[in-house]
Order: sequence, then C-alpha cells, then structure tokens
Amino acid sequence: MTSALHRLRPALVCLACVVLGVVAALLTLNLGQFSGGLTQADVFVINQLLLPRIFTAVLAGAALAIAGAVFQSVTRNPLGSPDVLGFTQGASTGALVGITAFGGGVVAVAAFAWIGAVGSAVAVYLTARRGGVTGGVKLILVGIGVATILSGVNEYLITRANIIDAAAASLWITGSLDGSSWTSVTLIGVAVALLVPVLVLCSRPLRVLELGDDLATGVGLSAETLRVLTLAVAVLLAASAASQTGPVAFVALCAPHLARRLTRRTGPNLVPTLLLGAALMQWADYLSQHAIPDRELPVGVVTGVLGGGYLVFLLAHQRKIGRI
Amino acid sequence: MSRLATKQLTLAYDRREVVRDLDVEIPDRSFTVIIGANGCGKSTLLRALARVLKPARGTVLLDGKAISDYPSRQVARVIGLLPQSPITPDGITVLELVSRGRFPHQGALRRESAEDRAVIERCLAETGLTELKDRPVAELSGGQRQRAWIAMALAQDTELLLLDEPTTYLDLAHQIEVLDLCARLHEAGRTVVAVLHDLNQAARYASHLIALRGGEVLAAGPPDRVITADLVERTFGLRARIIEDPESRTPLVIPAFRAGPASTAADDALPSEVTGK
Repeated sequence: MTSALHRLRPALVCLACVVLGVVAALLTLNLGQFSGGLTQADVFVINQLLLPRIFTAVLAGAALAIAGAVFQSVTRNPLGSPDVLGFTQGASTGALVGITAFGGGVVAVAAFAWIGAVGSAVAVYLTARRGGVTGGVKLILVGIGVATILSGVNEYLITRANIIDAAAASLWITGSLDGSSWTSVTLIGVAVALLVPVLVLCSRPLRVLELGDDLATGVGLSAETLRVLTLAVAVLLAASAASQTGPVAFVALCAPHLARRLTRRTGPNLVPTLLLGAALMQWADYLSQHAIPDRELPVGVVTGVLGGGYLVFLLAHQRKIGRI
Repeated sequence: MSRLATKQLTLAYDRREVVRDLDVEIPDRSFTVIIGANGCGKSTLLRALARVLKPARGTVLLDGKAISDYPSRQVARVIGLLPQSPITPDGITVLELVSRGRFPHQGALRRESAEDRAVIERCLAETGLTELKDRPVAELSGGQRQRAWIAMALAQDTELLLLDEPTTYLDLAHQIEVLDLCARLHEAGRTVVAVLHDLNQAARYASHLIALRGGEVLAAGPPDRVITADLVERTFGLRARIIEDPESRTPLVIPAFRAGPASTAADDALPSEVTGK
C-alpha cells in the first residue's frame, strides 16, 4: 500500500543509512586481510588508525549534516550551509592562524579553527540582525560577503606561510580524516551527544518557523529566540566537526537535500539527515582511499566533487521543473 | 462584550508612528472588518492584535489583561492568525500544513494525539479540502491555497481568528469563495477579524466595520451605519455614491465617474447620501 510505504519512508531511509554505514565500516576495516590472525601491528592499525577514522567520519558527517539541515530550515533557503554562510571560511582562517603563527600543533589548530568558525558565525549573525530580527535572505547575503572576505584573508595567509605550513594548511582546508585520533572522536562525540538532542527537540518548532516569523509567533513560538538557539547549536556542532577534520565540503549542503528527496518529507528531517551525513562521510572516505589505486585523496576532495556534481544536477533539475 | 480590545495603542515601525492612541474593541462573535486606504495602519493594527507586533505605547487587552502578560502559547489557543504572506515550504501537502496549526496544543515530545487528528479532519472538512489533503499546496488554485492556510489557522482551534488581507491576489471568484468561508466560520460562532481592501465586500460580509485613516478610527459600527459617502470621502479621499446592493441589501459604494481627488473645500458642498436607513 502506498500510504503505508509513505508513512514508513523516513524509518526505511534511516535503516538504509545505518546499513550503508556498517558496510562502509566493514570495508574500511577490511577484516579479510587479517585471516591469518592478528599481529601486534594489525591491532595497532585497527585500534589507533582505522577505528578512530571510522568513528570520526561517522560523527563529523552527522554533525555537519544536521547543522546544514538547521541552517537550511532557519534561513528558509536550500543554499543555507556552513560553506555559504562563511563559517567554513572562518574555521579555515582560524586554522591558518594556528598553523602559521602558533606552529601548527594539533590542539592549537583545532582550537583556532573552532574559534574562527564560531567567531565568523557571531559576526554574520550580528551584521544580519536589524531591529532584533534576522531574515533568512539577509543571513545568506551577509554570509556570502563574510565568506568572500575570509577567503581573501585565507589566500593571503597561505601566500605568507612557508612551504611546509602552506602544504599543511591546504590539506587542512580541503578537509581530511588522516589525522583522526581517539581525541578527535571524543571531542566531536561529546559535542554530538550534548547538542544533537537539543536540535532534535526543536524539530517541531523549526517546522513551524519555516512558515514565516509572523505565523510562528501567531502559534505561540518566540521566532527569534528559536532561531538564535538553533543557529548557535548548529554552529557549535559544525565548528566542533570542522576543528577535527577540516571543513569537509558539501556534506552539510547535500545531506539535507538528499534526505528530503528520499523521505519525501518537508521540514528539517533532522534524524534522517544526520544518519545520511554519517553514511555519506564514511563512503566518501572509503572512496577517497580506494578510488585511485595507490593514491589516497583527502576526503574533502571526494565530497567536493560528488557534492558539487549533485548541486549541479539539483540546479539543472529544478530548472527543468520550473522552480528557478 | 469584547474579549479583544486596545487601549491607547501606539504602533511604530522603527520610529515612524503608524497608529496613535488607538482604542478599538472587537465585539465577541462579530465578523469585524478593518478598512482604510493603503498605509493607514490596518495590517499593523491586526498584527498588534495578534501580538506579532509589540506596541510602542499602550496595550492590547485580552479579557481585560495585557496580551503580553500571557504566555504566548496560551494566547495561541485563543487567537488564530493568518498573516499576509506566509511562506509555503517546498512540497508541503495540505494535510502537513494544516497539522502545523496544532502546534500550540502539543508538547515538545508528544506525538499527534487522536484529538489533534480529529480537529485536523474537521478543519479540512470545514474548508472543503478533505479530498485535496494529500496534494501539495503549491499545486492548488489560488482560492484552494488560501483555504488551506485558513484551515491551518483554524486547526489552532481558537475562538478568535485574525486574517490579514485574506483575499489579496485572488481573482473575484476566489475572493468570494474565501469570504463565504469566513462567513460560515463566523456563523459557526467564531469571532472573525479581517483586513479587506474591497469596501463593497466589507459591507456585504462584515457585521462590524472599523474604518481607519492615518492610524485613527474614523468610524466603527455596523456597515449600514458606517458606510456613508462622507466616510468614504474622508477615509479614501474618494467621492462616491452609496446605493443599496440589490443582491445583499447592504451598502454599495459607487465611485464618482472620473472623480478627481476630493478637495477639502468641496466637503461641505457634497451631498451625503446614505442608504440602508
């Protein structure tokens, strides 16, 4: 029955994402290669390299995706994502400062990236705010402006850096899971565990806010408070993920779109988006390691190429059905 | 009796005052229509009545108490609002849209209750949308779409319903479709407050009219007493004759042929034609 299928769709999408995620994890671990028993080196590779990498991919993908869903819902714009709103660039600026001025220690880079993302988000929000409210389009426009400025700053910082720092910075900006450690897993894990429930509880109010501020106020919501709260939580999540993996492009933009198409539901679709983001990131990472034999790519290259391609497809499709 | 009223209400955007020291009452169980020229503060007043716009001074009173003193959700169970240009999310169906009107009755964790579903079904039936409930709102005709939005506001299950220009951008047939729906809701016992542009429609459907000019009330009362040639000229700066609408027996405003802007000097000379009396 079609209506039963329609009702079950979100649950089925969630289940499929979990299955895809588990399959990707098993492929990454490639346990078959250890058929002759585990050596000490194998145990080290699994415990200290592969498992943290898998968990970082899952958590960062989930965090970026749910943040993207919130940005898109709150700005009422399908382009609302950390890449467009300038937070990604802010994280990069922070990381560059950490690498060039503070020697590029893992903790320093992560901390500066985090500060950069949150700082640029606060700047975008305060600039877009007028008379106590922020419209969706204003946030996007201000975000694009801030993103452009920060991209310029980033270019400048790279040209000023010595060659080793510049290489490290470029890799960081692309987004990579190579440096994943249990520390990264813990940091993103704590952010996800604390912040995701807040957003999930806001699902229903967010759905109402999508109908417009006046209407949301009419049904008893405090529109601007909800917007500030959810944006802040989403920025913290995205910043925490980006501080560990770098700003992996397009996951935050694509996962909510894909989730909406797959579940055929309106609204932020937070839980399916979250699971889809985790699966996407894992598969992007698997592809980045295996797409070109003997040559590992940063995961950001794969998500960038796939995500960019998806965006082009989406725009072309929307054009065909007359939406734009 | 009036559950909803304003006292010395002054409303402003930034620092530009749009409404000054306004005292109005919305009679209970009335179909109140607010009329006036563009920019006279009609929609501004409606937004303040729905506590969407905070007053610069003065208060909106609900049951004699400042509306801002109530928890917003509690107000949302008494007053339903359909704003002027709500946003239709991509791909949303009629049923999903109407369901969102149940928000003030739901907790953060509770799923849709049997009562929610019953109210939603009733609102769909009342607005004649039961057959269309699974259709995307974007694919409906203008009149159907507006009915879907009204159904959403209805799903709040409130005694008062505020509609900001519900007929704007609709063709004549769809305007009448929406106004007939409002009339039915009024007859079913609700207090309906609407901002309308068309005076003749206002005269036909309203039980109580409020005429605004420059943020002040020029007249308030039943249409056959409020709509006079004098009032139309003072409200809109338009010379007009008033005759009886042969269809509804309500006042019908016929603008003077090739009327220039009315001058204040002509005010005294102009005959005041009043009908319905």
